[in-house]
Amino acid sequence: MIEAVGLTKRYGAKTAVYNLSFQVRPGTVTGFLGPNGSGKSTTMRMILGLDRPTAGHVTIGGHAFRDLPNAPRQVGALLDAKAVHGGRSARNHLLSLAQLSGIPASRVDEVLGVVGLQDVAKNRSKGFSLGMGQRLGIAAALLGDPQVLLFDEPVNGLDPEGILWVRNLMKMLASEGRTVFVSSHLMSEMALTAEHLIVIGRGQLLADMSVKDFIAANSAGFARVRTPQTDAAQREKLSAVLTEAGGQVLPEQDGALRVTGLALPRISDLAHEADVRLWELSPHQASLEEAYMRMTQTAVDYRSTDDQLAGFAAQQGPGALLPDAAAPVPQPVPQQGWYAPPPPQPGVPHPGVPGSGPVPADQNPYAQPVQAPVQEAAPTPPSLSKSDDTTPEDAR
Amino acid sequence: MAVAQVLNSEWTKIKSVRSTVWTLTMAFVFTVGLGFLISLLSKDQFSKMNARELQFIDPTLTSFAGTGLGQLAMIVFGVLVVGNEYSTGMIRTSLAAVPRRGAFLFSKIGIATLLAFAVALVTSFVTFFVGQAALGRFKASIGDPGVLRAVFGGALYMTLIAVFAMGVATILRSPMLSLGILMPIFFLIAPILGGVEATRKIAQYLPDQAGTKVMQVVTPENDVAPYGPWGGFGIMVAWAALAVLCGWLVLKNRDA
Repeated sequence: MIEAVGLTKRYGAKTAVYNLSFQVRPGTVTGFLGPNGSGKSTTMRMILGLDRPTAGHVTIGGHAFRDLPNAPRQVGALLDAKAVHGGRSARNHLLSLAQLSGIPASRVDEVLGVVGLQDVAKNRSKGFSLGMGQRLGIAAALLGDPQVLLFDEPVNGLDPEGILWVRNLMKMLASEGRTVFVSSHLMSEMALTAEHLIVIGRGQLLADMSVKDFIAANSAGFARVRTPQTDAAQREKLSAVLTEAGGQVLPEQDGALRVTGLALPRISDLAHEADVRLWELSPHQASLEEAYMRMTQTAVDYRSTDDQLAGFAAQQGPGALLPDAAAPVPQPVPQQGWYAPPPPQPGVPHPGVPGSGPVPADQNPYAQPVQAPVQEAAPTPPSLSKSDDTTPEDAR
Repeated sequence: MAVAQVLNSEWTKIKSVRSTVWTLTMAFVFTVGLGFLISLLSKDQFSKMNARELQFIDPTLTSFAGTGLGQLAMIVFGVLVVGNEYSTGMIRTSLAAVPRRGAFLFSKIGIATLLAFAVALVTSFVTFFVGQAALGRFKASIGDPGVLRAVFGGALYMTLIAVFAMGVATILRSPMLSLGILMPIFFLIAPILGGVEATRKIAQYLPDQAGTKVMQVVTPENDVAPYGPWGGFGIMVAWAALAVLCGWLVLKNRDA
């Protein structure tokens, strides 16, 4: 059990982590999500007593890390795959760590086997790829057979086979009743690995909920409506009717319309009443990744109001701070990203997407921590998801 | 966590990197080799001296002339033992495993110091006997008054140079920065300041200038140092202790 209370870390004028409170419970894999630079690693380092919090505290099993008796037997951590002396062999690296807590050398060979590095155990780690480095780091974390495990971006640099292996390893460790805390900036990865999510952005808590709840709250759907391409007037007409009925309509590049806020049968009825023929009326599910990116994007927007990055963020657009984000989706939205709902537009409230639309910074739901506002602000259009039997992109 | 376990772990670390072997071998080779060459050259010079000048020759110190170069290898050893933890990021792995930072630092410095002393002791005795063999009829005997102290002193001097370097590397947390500061100081600045009459009064309190005194058997003619062999050595101990203490405070209070 890891418990953080009001954790805050400032480096000079920069606040890396602000008033973060959460619990990581044993028996489940808890995902720790946030874009790069959101304070994940800083939080991990504070848990491990490497950095001293400016305010608040974090404990493991009720003890501050520095007060833990025989820490390596209780807590294992992978912080940085590259944090090894390149001139030392993998085995000697692990051996020096094992000797710290009186772990026998035979255990070193055991964990080398577990991570699949037994054949290169005698090689100097200088020649290791990032993936091999990750495996070595995981081996170091497993050495003491600890009850609490922390992994900072463990799948970086791993091949698909390695990613699958890490995913299963995390689940297995958790099923043995251990506390497993895994950070990542990839929502898709966490959706598959973790049962519980803690999402931070700009050092503040955005969400603390189970993956199931997160999906329910954040995967917004939309309908694609296509009118006969030969008749632009029909399209205009339908667009006006749907907007009048309370839906939000966005044109797509190839002439289709993206409609949110209206159930599919209702769209059909409205089209029929307006005497507009439909060539397509299809349900689509937003990806979890998109929902997560919008959530963290909002946090960036919020932070940019009291940060010197303000000018920078305004120039670059909100997506620029997220390395995974493609260039801001142009309007009309390209059809290829059918699973991706449009980014929040000023003046266009977007149901099912918390924090979108014109929310002033001081009313931003993420200005207050914890999940309550997220769940309240996120009603999924019920009929839309009911009629939707496409699987969400992330749950493949 | 027993200190013995940390010591054991640090021993594994230090013996499993090549830089340890290289730097300590260099320290031995430079000290012995240069000491031998200078002793050979000094033999010719001594044979041209008159009786009054011969009063002040110090065959023991002459054989230790290579220390000035050998100590640089010792500095590299000391800097790398500590500094590599920082440059590789290993420090975070280490401190995550040893939350008690004092135990970590003092075990590391302790093991490295013991190893440095073992090498320095061998170096010191080999240097003395090789040097004396080269000096021929001007040689000193190990049984002469003060000579054994000087030979042991030579080993302690080399060891403390390494300890001082470890302390500085812990403060600066970077091997490059540490070497960039320590090398010029010990190779250029201190010898220059010590060689110039006007600055000698200050320079004689620098760690190497003061520490060298412990290797002297015969007091030079124009000696102005207000301390004896052990006094000078004490000044050096104080420098090394100060460096390690500051390093410990930095490690204890800063984020890793």
